[in-house]
Amino acid sequence: MKKFILSLLTISVLCLSTIANAKSIRIGTEGAYPPWNNLNSAGELEGAEIDFGNEACKRMGVDCEWITQDWDGIIPALLNGKYDIIIAGMSITEERKEKVNFTNGYMTDGARFAVLKGSGLENMSVAGMDKVNLNGAGGKEQAAIGQLNAAMQGKTVCVQSATIHQNYLEKHMAGVVEIKLYQSVDDTNLDLVAGRCDAILADVGSTIDYMATDVGSNVAFTGPTFSGGVFGDGVGGAVRKEDSDILEMWNAAIAEMLADGSLSDITKEWFGRDISM
Amino acid sequence: MNFELIYNNFFIILSGLDETLKLVVISLSLGFIISIPFALARASSIKILSQSAYYYVFVIRGTPLLVQIYLIYYGLGTIEFIRESFLWFVLKDPFFCGILALVINTVAYTAEIFRGGIQSVTKGQIESCKSLGMNRFTMYIKIILPCAFRQALPGYGNEMILMVKSTSLISLITIMEMTGLARNIMYKNYAPVEAFLAAGSIYLFLNFLVVQLIKFLEWKYNPHLRIKT
Amino acid sequence: MIRFDLLIFGDTGWGDELLISSIMTILVSLSAMSLGVFVAIFTTWAKISGNLILKIFANFYTTVIRGIPELLVIYLIFFGGSASIMYVAKIFGYNGYIELNAFTMGTISIGLISAAYSTEVFRGAYSIVSKGQTEAAQSLGLSKLHTFTKVLAPQILKHALPGLGNVWQITLKDTALVSVTGLVEIMRQSRIASNVSHSPLTFCLSAAILYLILTTFSSKIFNKLEEYSNKNNVAA
Repeated sequence: MKKFILSLLTISVLCLSTIANAKSIRIGTEGAYPPWNNLNSAGELEGAEIDFGNEACKRMGVDCEWITQDWDGIIPALLNGKYDIIIAGMSITEERKEKVNFTNGYMTDGARFAVLKGSGLENMSVAGMDKVNLNGAGGKEQAAIGQLNAAMQGKTVCVQSATIHQNYLEKHMAGVVEIKLYQSVDDTNLDLVAGRCDAILADVGSTIDYMATDVGSNVAFTGPTFSGGVFGDGVGGAVRKEDSDILEMWNAAIAEMLADGSLSDITKEWFGRDISM
Repeated sequence: MNFELIYNNFFIILSGLDETLKLVVISLSLGFIISIPFALARASSIKILSQSAYYYVFVIRGTPLLVQIYLIYYGLGTIEFIRESFLWFVLKDPFFCGILALVINTVAYTAEIFRGGIQSVTKGQIESCKSLGMNRFTMYIKIILPCAFRQALPGYGNEMILMVKSTSLISLITIMEMTGLARNIMYKNYAPVEAFLAAGSIYLFLNFLVVQLIKFLEWKYNPHLRIKT
Repeated sequence: MIRFDLLIFGDTGWGDELLISSIMTILVSLSAMSLGVFVAIFTTWAKISGNLILKIFANFYTTVIRGIPELLVIYLIFFGGSASIMYVAKIFGYNGYIELNAFTMGTISIGLISAAYSTEVFRGAYSIVSKGQTEAAQSLGLSKLHTFTKVLAPQILKHALPGLGNVWQITLKDTALVSVTGLVEIMRQSRIASNVSHSPLTFCLSAAILYLILTTFSSKIFNKLEEYSNKNNVAA
């Protein structure tokens, strides 16, 4: 009988339901993607997007609550109402736009392959191009992709799942390389260093951050920096389709921060270069 | 609930069935064979053997399978010494890491099941063996182990079902078996429920087959328990 | 290799976060187990009651939950649960978002898995308690309710203890799978720490040791409980 009552009480106490509050905004982020968003050893979130989000909330005059969520469930959790906006280095792509609306882009970073030094794959240059923009890709871009494919034939490339990087590999390198999918970017870094991956494809900023650690000192970039096309048009905040008011608030804050340079200051602090849009 | 999506997903996920089956069959077979010496050690009267086997079972059963998988795949991968040794040939491949983790796990549980079976062989039977002049080896092969396996069938059937379910965790170390494919579908379509319902029904069917297999084995090897109408 | 400096308490080490996540693991396991036992009472009753429809429902429930990998059950409840609750709320006219926090989601998903196993344990325990007890109670004129609460339930509980100890271990270890819900228990915390510090060995080992401590203490507690409940057994 006692157990009965105890369990009843436990269950009722636990059914804490939170109803979305207009005066406070819940922001969903990954917390495992430095220097965009990361959890430090004090258990706090830190990163360029954390500073950006907090500053934007201050300007909008609302309270912000940060909620961490594993990357693979991040959009479904938004659609389920767990938070109101995703600020997690999420690139704006047509595919995602079918399910969510994006704010205007606030930061943008290219994607680049990374390999281990001494693996023979480093410093590949393709068609003499440093940057490959896949928006309206013409012959030159296709040639670059073709050269890259030829150089990486049969290799293993690791990416985080549910990312634009996975989309690029599946669209342009399917059948050429073996694609391996991981839960987080750090897992791909670990396996690159362990030798299980011949190459990884990730955001430039994230790989640079890893290269600065002592375990990542053996990592080098290779090939051109990609942007556009399947890589999307910059990083934006994702909101549910019906929350147009939240969308407008954030667009206004982003425009303000772009105009007065605070966004570029934040990115310079965390990325070492200005990657605001 | 988009039923067309579930139907389409079904066939995509089914393509991962071969990975799942490979994991199940290889891990169960290896696990079965390796657990016999462990079970004998556990049931043995030599203190050091039974104690070491006890601690092995204790540690493996006391930690979640997921932790064991991550430890073997990511943890061991960061040790330079292992990366340069011949072990890396096995540990480099996620499939072998998965098999290793599943085998280590199933040996612990199966050894306990078989130990129960071995210890249930009655004293009377052991005495008869000795009175017939059987040596230890013959006694084990002809009497004790067959009896133990029969006793262990229901418990081992449970272990087989657990193994089918455990393979879903191997999707977390890049092996594209059924759960991994289901998650991939979820990323593309943002329709997790449809993907996981499709995967769940296939697992359910697999386990149904396992239950039927065990029922058949029990019927075949326990003729004395068959109820005659 | 193993970086002990990362395990210290305080701002530069993850020791304190790991400790808090251990407490979270214990809490979510306790609430999941309680929910599981609570639900199992109903499903066991459904199975033994003789009502065919109830029996089919209960059998369907335990077969499905025990036949699908735990990871899938947790994913289904996490992704499907909020959607279905909102669907039900819409029927009642509430159109906002109801969000269940990570702890509740974790409790419900593991609790429902735990309930399926507990049901089998209770069913087995019920079949051990002899019919003679029920008959004797009825011949003494005890009402059905009293027969259950004063005669059957204590005996069922006593026989169920070893099985429940097993279910507890399973529940405790299943909490390692709820990281998709965002709940920060031992597994998720050690993954976070390992991602940040790039040293999976340190944190996987720490997680393993933490779980081992929890399971060891639990089995000691259950052994004591079994001793206590068996102390009045008449010697065979």
